Amino acid sequence: MLKDYFKFALSTISHRKLRSWLTMIGIFIGIAAVVGLISLGQGFKQAINKEFEKIGVDKLFITAKGGFGPPGTNAVVKLTKDDLKAIKKVSGIENAAGFILANSKVEFEDEVGFFPIQSIPKGEERRLLAETQSLEIQEGRNLRDSDGFSAIIGIGFVEKELLGRNLRLRNKIKINDKDFTIVGVLEKTGDPGRDNSIFIPEDTLREVFNEPDKIDTIMVKAANVENMQIIAEKVTNDLRRFRNVKKDEEDFDVQTPEQLLGSFGDILNIVQSVLIGIAAISLLVGGIGIANTMYTAVIERTKEIGIMKSVGAQNKDILLIFIIESGLLGALGGLIGVVIGFGLSKSVEFIAKNVIGTNLIEAYFSYTLFFGALLFSFFIGALFGLMPARQAASLQPVEALRFK
Amino acid sequence: MKRSIIKLENVWKTYKMGDVEVNALQGLNLNINEGEFVAIMGPSGSGKSTAVNMIGCLDVPTKGKITLEQHDISKLSESELAQIRGRKIGFIFQQFNLIPTMTALENVMLPMIFQGLNEEKRTERAIKLLELVELGDRINHKPTELSGGQQQRVAIARALANNPEVVIADEPTGNLDSKTGTNVLDFLQKLHKKENKTIVMVTHDANLSRVAERIEFLKDGIIVKSLDNER
Repeated sequence: MLKDYFKFALSTISHRKLRSWLTMIGIFIGIAAVVGLISLGQGFKQAINKEFEKIGVDKLFITAKGGFGPPGTNAVVKLTKDDLKAIKKVSGIENAAGFILANSKVEFEDEVGFFPIQSIPKGEERRLLAETQSLEIQEGRNLRDSDGFSAIIGIGFVEKELLGRNLRLRNKIKINDKDFTIVGVLEKTGDPGRDNSIFIPEDTLREVFNEPDKIDTIMVKAANVENMQIIAEKVTNDLRRFRNVKKDEEDFDVQTPEQLLGSFGDILNIVQSVLIGIAAISLLVGGIGIANTMYTAVIERTKEIGIMKSVGAQNKDILLIFIIESGLLGALGGLIGVVIGFGLSKSVEFIAKNVIGTNLIEAYFSYTLFFGALLFSFFIGALFGLMPARQAASLQPVEALRFK
Repeated sequence: MKRSIIKLENVWKTYKMGDVEVNALQGLNLNINEGEFVAIMGPSGSGKSTAVNMIGCLDVPTKGKITLEQHDISKLSESELAQIRGRKIGFIFQQFNLIPTMTALENVMLPMIFQGLNEEKRTERAIKLLELVELGDRINHKPTELSGGQQQRVAIARALANNPEVVIADEPTGNLDSKTGTNVLDFLQKLHKKENKTIVMVTHDANLSRVAERIEFLKDGIIVKSLDNER
């Protein structure tokens, strides 16, 4: 019997094509927005988790932050080489490494550009940095302790003409007016910041940029993964004492990768809830559109309802027929919406990959999301069709038959 | 003695039209036996249609008792009445009342859907019924593609879908020319004679009422005269 009611509904919907289309537009815009957002949000979370796995769960990141005090005096107290030494002494730590960042003029032949330059430390520290930042060499070699004016470059310089031409191994470039030889190219990461960076030995960077002491970020590898929170506290306590600041007034941050990426996720969640709120409003409007269409349908088909009742349709049959029809209107709108939604998130992924050059934005597809969205839109349709359907079911057969 | 199939005892029906109350039926008494062909005649406004709606379980009386096969149906809910209508009553209307978006076949199958008959069985039966009313070659036509007489024959087939005990025809030829009207009437008579169906027909045409075994004259909501037709 239910199967027949679905057939009735499909026949009616296809019979009133224009009106059905117009009604469905309201639903599919909302569903497309919801599906697109969920798809991108889930994709982003997955990408972040991948990053998280790359970095590893046994790492801590320490950065300087603005101090407390009256406005204007809260200048950033930078981390130093001494801080790194102090951190290395904290118990439970396997190793720690730091790096410096500089933005610098880079020249190749006649072409000039500005690019981020990052320092690479020596020995064990270099290995820790490489592990944490996934610095994998694709071509050439890594930096050595004996290197002075050698550089490894991100893949961006090879793939794109960032400096007039595609760079190659053994090309000579000028960083801050000093000559460097390219000895290695890094593997692609999809992160444009990384792929368009240049890496040089720490000592050389300190010399060229006149930065004898500062460190921008210190990375810590814990000896034991299980007590990351305790180790983070220990590092915080020891560094606070070393830098002589009061508790809760720390002028530095100690973050686990979870916290680091978590803050990304928090922002995403806020953006997502705002957008889903807007999508929900459009679904509400779409639902009201369905209710409106169904009320019209009930009035138009009053006589038909009377006929059905006269040949034995009970109130619940009429109720079901109309609820299924409005639910199906919702679900068909939802189907179009799901397709558009996935299309939308795929194109955002495409733009992100090819225009912005990031791997962090990718569309996520699952059958749960697909069928969930369909079911949800059926439910929206059925919900908003409930009142008109009840009106249809409660019609008196004699009066309904008399309707012209 | 024949078995009574529908009995109306002191049936009143009052409609409210704004502040005015209109008594469509004023203590109607009527008995219809199994296998009878009864015509109900009367001027417009005499309560014919209201009476036939009561007989067909489409409406419940304001006051009085209606007995269908020994069961009092005057106090039943709309859904209970719908079940009885679906199984025991077949309607033929003046306006044909076919569903315009459905084919002849689908229209005839409709009552069987509400009785939960499976698709195979109801298709088979609907085709048989359409062949019975000589529309076997028109089963996939929509009502708009059929003539008035053909539409009314589809309606007859639909009325027989669930093999009802009573067929109610409310001015079945009112919208047809006399020739096709006679044709439809022939079908009703065939039903009565060959299938032994109980038929209640409302008409204001004295010529048509001649095919009935008994004629009840209605005026102001009560039977004013009852006439047995001689054959």
